Amino acid sequence: MKARITITLKPGVLDPQGKAIEGALHALGFGGVEGVRQGKFIEVEVAESDPALAREEIERMCKQLLANTIIENYAYELDAA
Amino acid sequence: MRASVIVFPGSNCDRDAAVALQHAMNTSDAIGILGAKPKMVWHGDSELPDSDLILLPGGFSYGDYLRSGAMAAHSPIMREVVRRAKSGTPVLGICNGFQVLTEAGLLPGVLMRNATLRFICKDVSLRVERDDTAFTGHYKKDQVVRIPIAHKDGCYFADPGTLHILDNENRIAFR
Repeated sequence: MKARITITLKPGVLDPQGKAIEGALHALGFGGVEGVRQGKFIEVEVAESDPALAREEIERMCKQLLANTIIENYAYELDAA
Repeated sequence: MRASVIVFPGSNCDRDAAVALQHAMNTSDAIGILGAKPKMVWHGDSELPDSDLILLPGGFSYGDYLRSGAMAAHSPIMREVVRRAKSGTPVLGICNGFQVLTEAGLLPGVLMRNATLRFICKDVSLRVERDDTAFTGHYKKDQVVRIPIAHKDGCYFADPGTLHILDNENRIAFR
């Protein structure tokens, strides 16, 4: 199975990179941009074929390594690929 | 004193740290065994020599992949570092070493990208908040010291509750 994991900064956590991107988009003429937050996208292939067990495994991966839950939220989708 | 310096792939201040420790061990009176050499311990090792001090040096462990210190925090030697820290061995994390300690959960909070997005390399003035710790005992409280800093991910973040606890329990060494 393939997990598509999205990691985002929690609301309220300063995101200077997002701010810089926002500034660059404004400079390119995208005046309607009202905010940019930058995150990470990670694809993980797992051997587990049972969705419930795969979810449980992905959950632990996110908590232990992929996201720092002090500042980041994570969400994921599973594809039976 | 027996000191261990942990070396990760991408550490680049490990030798500086060893030289500084060696200097301290050769000159300070607070040392048990004069002239002992700090031991360099590779991140992939799972055993740590008997140590009175464990030092995590600066650098770019694992190329700062994912988050600074995140990969190093899960390297085999860190299980032993965490165990020793919990049984009372002093651990000093400098720069990337500090990031590793937060990612390993030994210290609260996290070090994020600097708000300016710039690499900051300069001397800063710090006020000594505590002079009763193993690390700051040769300073006097309220003394102002100049310390060089060099980092891009040096913006410390912790939730307000954690900051309150650090403040209340007097766990901030410098300000």
